[in-house]
Amino acid sequence: MKQLNQDEAKRICDRVLSFSKADECSVAINGSRNGNIRFARNSVSTAGLNEDRRLVVTVAFGKRQGTASVNEFDDKSLEQAVRRAEDTARLAPENPEYVPVPGKQEFKPTGEYFASTAAIDPDFRAEVAAHAILAGRNKKLVTAGFFTDSTGFETIANSKGLFGHREFTGLDFTCTARTEDGRGSGWVTRSASDARHFDAREASEVAMEKALRSVDAKALEPGRYTVILEPAATSELLGRMFGAFGARQADEGRSFLAKKGGGNRLGEKLFDEQINVWSDPWDKDVPVSPWDTQSMLARQRRDLIKDGKIANLEYSRFWAQKQGVAPTARAGNMIMAGGSKSLEELIAGTKKGIVVTRTWYIRMVDPQSVLLTGLTRDGTFYVENGKIKYPVKNFRFNESPITMLNNVDELGKPVIIGPDEVAYQMVLPPMRIRDFNFTSLSDAV
Amino acid sequence: MENQLERRTFLNLAAGTAGAMLVPVFGNAIAAEELQSSMPLSLKKALADAALNAATKAGASYCDVRIGRYLNQFISTRDLTVQSVTNTESSGIGVRVIADGAYGFAATNAMNPDAVANAARQAVAIARANARLQTEPVRLAPLGGNGRGVGEVAWATPIRKDWRTVPVKEKAEMLIAANKAGLDAGASFMTANLFQVNQQKYFASTDGSYIDQDIHRLWAPLTATAVDKETGKFRSRAGLAPPVGMGYEYFDVRPEHKIRAAGGVTTLYKGGYDIVEEARAAGRQAREKLTAKSVEPGKYDLVIAPENLFLTIHESVGHPTELDRVLGYEANYAGTSFCTLDKWETRKFQFGSDKVNFFADKSTPGSLGAVGYDDEGVKPKRWDIIKDGILVNYQATRDQAHIIGEKESHGCSYADSWSNVQFQRMPNVSLAAGKARLTPDEMVKDVKKGIYILGRGSYSIDQQRYNFQFGGQLYFEIKDGKIGPMLEDVAYQSNTQEFWNACSAICDERDWRMSGSFFDGKGQPSQVSAVSHGASTTRFNGVKVINTGRKIG
Repeated sequence: MKQLNQDEAKRICDRVLSFSKADECSVAINGSRNGNIRFARNSVSTAGLNEDRRLVVTVAFGKRQGTASVNEFDDKSLEQAVRRAEDTARLAPENPEYVPVPGKQEFKPTGEYFASTAAIDPDFRAEVAAHAILAGRNKKLVTAGFFTDSTGFETIANSKGLFGHREFTGLDFTCTARTEDGRGSGWVTRSASDARHFDAREASEVAMEKALRSVDAKALEPGRYTVILEPAATSELLGRMFGAFGARQADEGRSFLAKKGGGNRLGEKLFDEQINVWSDPWDKDVPVSPWDTQSMLARQRRDLIKDGKIANLEYSRFWAQKQGVAPTARAGNMIMAGGSKSLEELIAGTKKGIVVTRTWYIRMVDPQSVLLTGLTRDGTFYVENGKIKYPVKNFRFNESPITMLNNVDELGKPVIIGPDEVAYQMVLPPMRIRDFNFTSLSDAV
Repeated sequence: MENQLERRTFLNLAAGTAGAMLVPVFGNAIAAEELQSSMPLSLKKALADAALNAATKAGASYCDVRIGRYLNQFISTRDLTVQSVTNTESSGIGVRVIADGAYGFAATNAMNPDAVANAARQAVAIARANARLQTEPVRLAPLGGNGRGVGEVAWATPIRKDWRTVPVKEKAEMLIAANKAGLDAGASFMTANLFQVNQQKYFASTDGSYIDQDIHRLWAPLTATAVDKETGKFRSRAGLAPPVGMGYEYFDVRPEHKIRAAGGVTTLYKGGYDIVEEARAAGRQAREKLTAKSVEPGKYDLVIAPENLFLTIHESVGHPTELDRVLGYEANYAGTSFCTLDKWETRKFQFGSDKVNFFADKSTPGSLGAVGYDDEGVKPKRWDIIKDGILVNYQATRDQAHIIGEKESHGCSYADSWSNVQFQRMPNVSLAAGKARLTPDEMVKDVKKGIYILGRGSYSIDQQRYNFQFGGQLYFEIKDGKIGPMLEDVAYQSNTQEFWNACSAICDERDWRMSGSFFDGKGQPSQVSAVSHGASTTRFNGVKVINTGRKIG
């Protein structure tokens, strides 16, 4: 299916807006081509290509809203979609929290499209899988993995003259290597906007090395340990906390950012002063859309945590209006400042500690303290006097990212880390953290 | 792994962290009245034949076609406000073939014979390409009976009231009434949502099956949150009623649908749901949680209601006995399993105590897994997975049956959409009721130091399903045979084999009921499925309980 360029997309948006008889009208068009290959047990299991495009039109009569979507873009289909949205809106209950659509926004391009990624074809994908499969067979390891790439566009417009068009690419790769006897397991994840920054051979090697090194794990007593956390061990923990910066929840008293006695904790120091976190759609490592599709507002560079203090909260358009402040576009990425040391150098500077490759099956236990539980997986090692001594059995932890970011010993050099369950592209440093709370042992490899 | 989709698109509601709830988008948004149209059977058969013929002609040794129309309606409300009403539709055709001993799959949303035949040829080309890296050819177990397909048949979820015919206004008013009841009873905030699913699935294969199915499911989750601004404390209590494979008659509740929990601590539901009454209880109990006693960590005898135990069953019994996990096909995502083939082969692996019997089925009326045929055209059956505590079987599809010496498939094949390939998915996996007569109240009488746990809370388990930690919604102290005050900050942490071996009593079939998961995720790209798990109230001796309360700066 054909991707639309800016002029083609603009013409279609203008047609849709011209058909609308409602008080307000918004249009969003999405198109993408997603390719993937999956392998397991040293063989390809599935490979696929999905192409799709869709136009969603939302109209409002007063505070009554209706939405319809369509995947044919001729005048007749577009007009029908608008009529359907209008019919739905007329029957919809009033939404007292409805906020009129925003006016024109400036959307400065963020450089999210790379021809190298758009050019990925079935041969490229097969080669990615082949690197892991063949190297795995040679090393008597069993590999499983998934590679997916996407190329797409998104266009937004509304009846107040707002218009934006973006084109983007991305890829994600994960690979698990296990020893044939199942006693060792290693894993790697890589994400990139630009395929030139992705090296399947290097990535697979990391997973395989971890698998070989994690055989014969020893059991350590659960308890509080100094840990060296790779970015894949912290991204899903921190990402959950970054997602809980909504002003409404804080003001309503149901978030860790709610203040005793009412109000929120904006400006308070909740973390170690080394902690600085911001979002920036133009970040060169993790460029994301210059707007947030839900609100259609332009994203800005925005501090979340500055020198350990809560620098900003996210205000939805409704809550901003109610509180008399400016609304914020939801962030698409999170960048955390770090130091200059590599993971290896952080390990070298550790007297006693545990290296964690990855954390998994993370769930909120108590949103009051952002207490999370989950397990280590695919490469957990004991360090003594700056050297990895031996692999250790996996642990379950019960820990809050707020506590973690108060117990920072040292931060390393930030690297790109793609999301698994959370919503952000991230750049995070490896970290050495004191007193991380491991509560029980797991036999899982 | 439980709730991939929920956590991706629905996480904020479940975790109660960030505010905005995202609507899961299953397809194109359409108007409500369009939900009721349907496609003539003769057209489906003609399209299916076009694919079967094209695939056979291109050299496929086997082909199956799934023509799907997936309709959903999602209504979300917050306090006294309707947040959104979304109707979605997704329709198209998926063609799976075996050629040169390998699978190939292609899908199209164009409903015409040319497009369908083209997809079939594409699937054959993909199969041939995949065959090059394949070490062993696909072996499909024969179908039961005469070994041939079932011919032209139909099956439908037995519903009395179709959700598609109930006005949105009526549904929204019910949810708002529930929120109002919760707010009046003590909640500071309420949310109530309604997920409604209709899957119209047509399956045809070169074995000679033409199966038309019409499947319905519902889920109405709610959450009450109570805030104490003075202390800065907040607590929430989610609804306890299960998602079901029923029609809208689920909300026509009668007295026999209500179950009194042990000690009368709350009302539970089976086969009918009074959402307003449940919301009222949720509001009151969310408020009560703010001042409930924080649990003393230690070992307790747990009395677990089916409304909590179902998720523990799902994670610790359902997932580790999925044969594809055992074999390593999910190693890079959901993980593998401790229930390895060598343990099964001994026929001596003591998964649980001798009171523990798990069976699988896809036929229990009202369950989320209930279908007439699976997505390979296999009629589902009932079989044992754990028998008298011993691991005796797994969950298999046609291509896996030979690995565990089964003559035919268990009927566990499922795809969440016409555009995704079908693979092994969990059937309903349930704990059989105890044989001796026992009610939950009688069970409690024998417990000296225990906790009664109800509702699904936080859940986490490792990738081989050994170590788990589960929370709940409601916890009550049991002391010297009596249910006492409410507790808070409870989670139980155990090892699967240890936990099921600590099972010391199971209430009888009068107490047996199902709960379930609406969004169970597996595979890459991830697919969701819905599955129920039945149990009676069950006792476990000496389980480790931790206190999850924490102070932050």
